[in-house]
Amino acid sequence: MRTSELIAALAADPVPESIRLGRRVAAALAIGFLGSLAIYVLMLGPRPDMAAASETMRFWMKCLDSVAFALPTLLLTLRLARPDAKPRALALWLLAPFVLLAAGVIVELAIVPQSAWMPRLIGANAMHCTITIPMLAAPVLMALVVVLRAGAPLHPSLTGAMAGAAAAGVGALVYASSCPDDSPLFVATWYPLATLICMGVGALAGRRFLAW
Amino acid sequence: MKAQPIKGSLDDPWSRMMTASIAGDEGAYRRLLEDIGRSVRAMARGAFARAGVGDADVEDAVQETLLAIHLKRHTWDPEQPLAPWVYAIARHKVVDALRRRGRRKVEPLENFEEFLAAPEAEDPHALSDARKLLETLAPRQRDIVTSISLDGQSIAATAKRLSMSEVAVRVALHRALKSLGAAWRRSVE
Repeated sequence: MRTSELIAALAADPVPESIRLGRRVAAALAIGFLGSLAIYVLMLGPRPDMAAASETMRFWMKCLDSVAFALPTLLLTLRLARPDAKPRALALWLLAPFVLLAAGVIVELAIVPQSAWMPRLIGANAMHCTITIPMLAAPVLMALVVVLRAGAPLHPSLTGAMAGAAAAGVGALVYASSCPDDSPLFVATWYPLATLICMGVGALAGRRFLAW
Repeated sequence: MKAQPIKGSLDDPWSRMMTASIAGDEGAYRRLLEDIGRSVRAMARGAFARAGVGDADVEDAVQETLLAIHLKRHTWDPEQPLAPWVYAIARHKVVDALRRRGRRKVEPLENFEEFLAAPEAEDPHALSDARKLLETLAPRQRDIVTSISLDGQSIAATAKRLSMSEVAVRVALHRALKSLGAAWRRSVE
């Protein structure tokens, strides 16, 4: 086929309805979040000490950290989905959740006796946390990957991994009110592990479904 | 963040042509694709030469880029100039094409502007693999693509010959182009 012949076919193809990737990603986030909540309601439910926990700083730090992680990763995902994206400036915001987390860890180490460090780090739900966050993140990741297929990411695996990170952030937020372990030592250990699992799955999904 | 130009105020020719194309100007779209094709051809030829690959498959890379541009044009932000977006896609596709030929490390040219100034006309004898890929389409889709591209028929004439509505022909054409893009990608893997 000659290039001029291909161009004839392309020019005859009608103008597609406009796709607004940003809106689609927002819709995917909403749908994925609902899916995540459904899993929460059906399988987890709130922690027994919810009322008491909601008055502690540690609990709200945990939630804030999840949001601070989900937001920049989500925006980065959207940016990576465009071929002429310049994600560098935005990538700096990824530091925010880590700075928050590190501050929490330092304060915790200062106010908790050393003998309690390890029990707090291990908590009561290490395994449960590491498995449940990816489970809660799954609907969000799936919805994101579906809408991102309309994008044109130059790095499909990285884009998928970033979507996985954003999904992990949402999953962690939903999980926060179910898990009684609030210590920053616990959060700083097991949440990143769960996030890495989500990013790995996201990278594989990106490679498989986001290449174009 | 730099201040964004007001929507539609970009006045480089490519951005203007793409804006007109999206508004339904078929002629502008055709001219734009021909223009882009010439620049991508120059870029691909340069990259192939530096990688020590013969330029037998340059036209494939050009066509794959044009098809990708077509199928992904909604990812262009109309408030940004078109050329960097085109370059990103072209570079991606040319690197893919070179990888397919076993070139692991590929460094295509960074300066797309020089290709804007030095476009290359299509070699009239260069045929691409696209015809082979057409074989992977469903018969009706293949018929429609062939009719419009190779035979140069209009949508209306094709619709009449196949006793289909024009809308049905357009829908089938769009699906066919999407499958063609997917077939191309599979041939890469």
